[in-house]
Amino acid sequence: MKPTQWNTSRRGFIKGSLMMIPAVSIGNGVSLTAEANEPPLDLGDYQPTFFDADEWKFILAACDRLIPSEGEGPGALETNVPIFIDKQMEDSFGHASDWYMKAPFQENASPLFGYQSALLPREVYRRGIAATRTYCQQQFNEEFSALPEDKRDQVLSSLEKGDIQFDDVSSQQFFAFLLQNTKEGYFADPIHGGNKHMAAWKHIGFPGARASYLEWVDQHNKAYPLGPVSLTGERG
Amino acid sequence: MAKTNPHVDVVLVGLGWTNSIMGMELTDAGLNVLALERGKDQDTVPDFAYPKMADELTYGVRYKLMQRPAKSTLTVRHGVNDTALPYRHLGSFLPGNGVGGAGTHWNGHTWRPQPQELRLKSYVEESFGADIIPEDMTIQDFGVSYDELEPHFDFFEKVLGISGKAGNLNGELQEGGNPFEGWRSSEYPLPPLARTYNDELFTQVAQDQGLSPFPLPAANASEAYTNPYGMQLGPCNFCGFCERYGCINYSKSSPQTCVLGALKQRENFSYRANCEVLKVNLDSDGKRATGVTYVDENGDEVIQPADLVVLGAYGLHNVHLLLVSGIGKPYDPISGTGVVGKNYAYQMTGGATLFFKDKEFNPFIGAGGNATTVNDYGVEQIDFGREGFIGGSYLSAAMTNGQPIRNMPLPSGSPSWGAGWKQAVKDNYGHAMSVGSHGSNMSYRDCYLDLDPNYTDDHGRPLMRMTFNWKDNDVRMTQYMKQKVETLTKALGPDDYRLSFKDFNSMYDVRPYQTTHNVGGAIMGTDPSTSALNRYLQTWDVDNVFVMGAGAFPQNIQYNPTGLVGALTYWAAKAIREKYLPNPGPLVHA
Repeated sequence: MKPTQWNTSRRGFIKGSLMMIPAVSIGNGVSLTAEANEPPLDLGDYQPTFFDADEWKFILAACDRLIPSEGEGPGALETNVPIFIDKQMEDSFGHASDWYMKAPFQENASPLFGYQSALLPREVYRRGIAATRTYCQQQFNEEFSALPEDKRDQVLSSLEKGDIQFDDVSSQQFFAFLLQNTKEGYFADPIHGGNKHMAAWKHIGFPGARASYLEWVDQHNKAYPLGPVSLTGERG
Repeated sequence: MAKTNPHVDVVLVGLGWTNSIMGMELTDAGLNVLALERGKDQDTVPDFAYPKMADELTYGVRYKLMQRPAKSTLTVRHGVNDTALPYRHLGSFLPGNGVGGAGTHWNGHTWRPQPQELRLKSYVEESFGADIIPEDMTIQDFGVSYDELEPHFDFFEKVLGISGKAGNLNGELQEGGNPFEGWRSSEYPLPPLARTYNDELFTQVAQDQGLSPFPLPAANASEAYTNPYGMQLGPCNFCGFCERYGCINYSKSSPQTCVLGALKQRENFSYRANCEVLKVNLDSDGKRATGVTYVDENGDEVIQPADLVVLGAYGLHNVHLLLVSGIGKPYDPISGTGVVGKNYAYQMTGGATLFFKDKEFNPFIGAGGNATTVNDYGVEQIDFGREGFIGGSYLSAAMTNGQPIRNMPLPSGSPSWGAGWKQAVKDNYGHAMSVGSHGSNMSYRDCYLDLDPNYTDDHGRPLMRMTFNWKDNDVRMTQYMKQKVETLTKALGPDDYRLSFKDFNSMYDVRPYQTTHNVGGAIMGTDPSTSALNRYLQTWDVDNVFVMGAGAFPQNIQYNPTGLVGALTYWAAKAIREKYLPNPGPLVHA
């Protein structure tokens, strides 16, 4: 079977199953299952903690375009990237707990000075998702998640370039966090929730947490032969 | 009401490289020594143990071994008329935190400066004339010579077990080493690390062009080693998790692997983690330190009396402590007077990324100091008069830390997301190498450190403010290196390549990682009107306060600073033991 065919059918399956998730996750964060700390391996079974049902649909639909299933290698949905992002919202990243967040804030500072907003990254997500959904309703009379792929790409690209401006959040900052976290979830160890079965590492040939290569240092110009291992000892 | 601890002979502020060394030297001298470290205690086991270290997100991207800006940061601005903004999250530079400091998470590039870099101003004036120094450039001599420091470079390299190849043994040039280095009294303690494929390719083209390639001196053990303190290193296994990580393998030289195990056994040494020093306390006339005030792990203020105070925190923090403690006159860029905060400088870097469709580099295989280098364009090799700049660089092909979130170079024009990005990461990961330029940065009248008027830390102290931007002299230097790098790059024959060098429009950008080589602010010298410290790293104004670290550099050298920082620490320790302790007081009379 060609990879593209596999991916297309796989994606169809994932998308079909995803449409049923959000209803059970309303209530935001409370899981009734004993496995609350262990993410289910199937994205379709995951109950987001931070994102509500509509936000979750947005995240799924956006990640699906940032790293799509089409072409060679897994996409963001096959690798559970949205789970990673949801977990990051509750972690030090989402809360900016390692960052200096004292006032005064100069929101319009030159980007050369880095992050200068009073908003926590999780607040940037919350406002960015809401504003983008509103924009799509106004422009297309549709939810972002219901738009066809090319329209979703167009919206994401407009956020990236700052062609869409929002009142209470920077569209470019929102996009930058979303893209950064999507790539992090794709390539980080599966212990953080994404990179399911180390599929992104296999895609590029990164051996993960092997961390021992003395016998291969002088094997010049030969691709390393072993598959990845993860922090929990999973082998790929 | 702050409680007061029993008196100690010496209080060490910070417990990274410099104060680990000071701990050894001053306990050797029979003194009762206490180190206060604001971060947590940490050691190879359990803190750096496999597998948890092999986690790019946690350590490489979220910086969990680094200083948290929430607890300690500074503000940054480009010019004296701008309002500075806080460095709210880490980017451009990464000060360490916890026992071992930045010495736990560095790559291990361990250099000596070229001899003339230590007397740069005199060298420029003698060789090219004072009139080539731009009006706003404030370079100075260190006040200590290479010959004076040589024994201390040598011992520091033996403590760290540096892997390398000498180029100049007692004035005799050696095949395979750096022919442009200062003389060395002995060979490196360990042979060079094994060479990776990028080293082999770079060595070939550098030799073809008549350059002199040599292995970068690395604080990653190429073989098992026991240092003068009896500490043992195991051979580096090229795990690829070096910079930003603690070493899983007892192979990277760090305070933990090279010094602290021995120091902790001494009965006249003790240390306390999670204790942040707020200021150095002075007596009523401000001429003598009485100790320090710190906040302990419970948040309580404690007064620690001591006869001698050694500031050995990260260089920037040492300057902050001098400023908030009122030691030395703060520098004023308008009048050009005052000394504390003067001559902050950074590092001018640039580089090329080369893409080869059919070559396999396995970038995840690498030691931190895994690189082949040429120094043909060093500070002492360039005719400043002819080229129109003061400075120099070493060029290197390095392969390390090839984890995919941070280390995913793609050719120009590659999409940043979507199906095209996914294809590009597959096509390019493992098929790229780099050639970098690591260069000097001069000091300038309006690049300095002082206290910020708007932002404070959790203790209510003003944050330190950094005023810094790139200057034409240093851009001309890096543009010169760009031509050299591009020539080497083309000779390597990549399918595609990308160059990244500062140009005349470049402004300092705090976002992308550059180097944690922040220097100056507490500079050493021979004149109290132009330096904060004398040639023994003793403050001119308060003779029982010594300040370690790269803050002492009057401008930045072309190399990574740790080798010079280590040698200066042993130099200062020798002066304290042989001159200060028998006769406490100023070691140099102004």
